[in-house]
Amino acid sequence: MLCSLCKKNEATVHLSQIIEHKMQTVNLCEACSKAKGVDNSGFSLTSLLLSLGSPVETTEAPSELENVVCPSCGFSQADFKKVGRLGCAQCYETFAEPLRGLLKSMHKDTHHVGKVPRQMITSQEITHRIQQLQKKLDQAVAAENFEEAALLRDQIKQARTELNQLTSTPPGEPAKNRPASTKRP
Amino acid sequence: MTLTEFLSSPALSSRRSGPHGHIVLSSRVRLARNLKRHPFPGWAKKPERVKAFDILQEAVQTLPQLKDGFIESMENLGPVDKQILVERHLISREHAAKGTGSGLALNSDESVCVMINEEDHLRMQALRAGLQIQEAWTTIDTLDTALEKRLDYAFSPELGYLTACPTNVGTGIRVSAMLHLPGLVLSEQVNQIIQAVNKLGLAVRGFYGEGTEALGNVFQVSNQMTLGESELDIVERLTKVVAQLIEHEENARLSLVEKQPKMLLNHIGRSYGILSNAHSISSKETMNLLSLMRLGLDMKLFPGVDQSLINELFIITQPAHLQRQISEKLTAEERDLLRADLLRDRLQQICRPQCRFPDPDGTGLDKPSAS
Repeated sequence: MLCSLCKKNEATVHLSQIIEHKMQTVNLCEACSKAKGVDNSGFSLTSLLLSLGSPVETTEAPSELENVVCPSCGFSQADFKKVGRLGCAQCYETFAEPLRGLLKSMHKDTHHVGKVPRQMITSQEITHRIQQLQKKLDQAVAAENFEEAALLRDQIKQARTELNQLTSTPPGEPAKNRPASTKRP
Repeated sequence: MTLTEFLSSPALSSRRSGPHGHIVLSSRVRLARNLKRHPFPGWAKKPERVKAFDILQEAVQTLPQLKDGFIESMENLGPVDKQILVERHLISREHAAKGTGSGLALNSDESVCVMINEEDHLRMQALRAGLQIQEAWTTIDTLDTALEKRLDYAFSPELGYLTACPTNVGTGIRVSAMLHLPGLVLSEQVNQIIQAVNKLGLAVRGFYGEGTEALGNVFQVSNQMTLGESELDIVERLTKVVAQLIEHEENARLSLVEKQPKMLLNHIGRSYGILSNAHSISSKETMNLLSLMRLGLDMKLFPGVDQSLINELFIITQPAHLQRQISEKLTAEERDLLRADLLRDRLQQICRPQCRFPDPDGTGLDKPSAS
C-alpha cells in the first residue's frame, strides 16, 4: 500500500479515527507521518484528511455519501473511485461536497474564470438589466413619477419574458434555427 | 471517400512548417465539451451514446470549418486507419479503440479535428505547425462559439464547462506544444528542465501524450490545471514557457558544439550510418536516430537536404503507415525489414554528414586534432 500523501513510498503508519461517527483511515509513509507531526499530541486526522483533498477511505460504517446515487444517471461515489470519471453533468451537483476538496487539490482555484457560452452571458446580462430597471422603478415610485414608473414596469416585463424564453428553449433540442441551417447546400 | 484518400500525403504534410519549426514541431489547443442532458460517453449505455452521437454529428457537420471535411463513425474505420490517425496525432489512442457511437470529424488540411464521444462528448482540437499556440486557440475558440449555438453545453457558472474527468473541468482546455529537444537530452539537462516546468504547473509528456515515452527526443508540454485560470492566461503562460524552452535548447546545442563536438558528430554520423545501411530496424530505433539526423540538419551538417525529408521519414516509418503500403498483414519483424528497405532507399541520395560544424564567426570550433 502506498502512502496517501506522497504516493511514492510504502505506507507504514496506519491511522484511524472516529470523526462524526465514521471511521476514517489514512495510510502514510514514515517521512510523511513525521512531516505531518503524527507523534505530536496536537495532531488532527481531520485536518490531514482535508488537506489530502481526496475522498477518504472509510472502512467500517460506510458514509452516507457512499450510498448517494446521482438522480440523473445513477452514478455512485463508489463508481467514481473505480473509474475516476463522473457519470453526467448533474454528478457535479450530486457529489459537490466530496468533489470540492478534490478540485481544490488539482486546480488553481475552485471558481471558473474564462469563456462562458454566449447564451449564459445573455441570461446573466438580462438578470443584471432587470435589477437595474427595478432600482430605477423604485426610485421613480418614491419620487411619484408614475409615468416613468409605468414605462419601466413595461421594460422589466419584457426583459422577464426574454429571460424566460432563453431558459425554456435549450438550443440542443430541435430549436427554430436548426432545421434551417441544415438545409444549407 | 476513404481515410487514405482524404488524408494529405506524408510528403505534403511534412512540408508544413511554422515559426521556430527547428524546435517546435507543432502547437495544439484542445477543448472538452459535453451535452447537458446526456450522460458522459464512458458512463452512457450504448443507445444513449448513439443518441448523443447523432446530435453531435449533426451539429459538427453544419460547421463551415468542416465543409469538405471527413466525418466518419469509428466503427467504419479499420484498425490500420485508426492507427494512422494516432500516428498523425489526430486522435488519441483511447479514441482509436472506440467503435459504435463514437466518431471523428477532420477538416481538409487536418488543422481541425473533432473527436465525438471520446472521454467527453466533444474533444475538439486545432493544430498548427511550429509555435502558433495563439492562432490555434483563435481557431478552436471560433469553432466552439459556432457549436454552442447548436448544442446545449453542460456549463455551470461556478465550475465552468463540466467534463467527465474533474481534471478538465472549468475551461476544458488543454494547450500543448510538441518540442524536439535533443540538445537538452544529450547534455543531460532534460530531467532538470522537466522538473522546473512541472513546478510551473505544466506537464511534460512523451510522444503520444499521457503515459508514453519521449521517443525521438520529442516532448509534449501542456497545461494541467483548467479551473481558475482563463484560456488566454493559459495560452500566454504556455507560450512564454515554450519560448524559454526554445532558448534552453538552443543554448544546449551551442554549448555541445563548443564543448563536445566529437560526441555530437559521433551521434549524428552514427545515426546516418545506421539509418542508411540497416537491413532491419525497429520503429523506436528509427525515431531516435531520425531525431539525431534532424539535429544534424539543424546544425547544417547535411547541406542541401530539406527538413521535410526527415519529417516525412518520421511519418512513413511508423507501423501503420508501413502496413498501409502492403496488403497482407505484416509481423513486427517483417515491418522492421520493410522499414530498413525504405530508409536505405530514401537516404541513398543523401551524402554523409560533414565532419565539422560550419563556422559562424570564422574561428575553428572543432578541436585541431579532428579531421
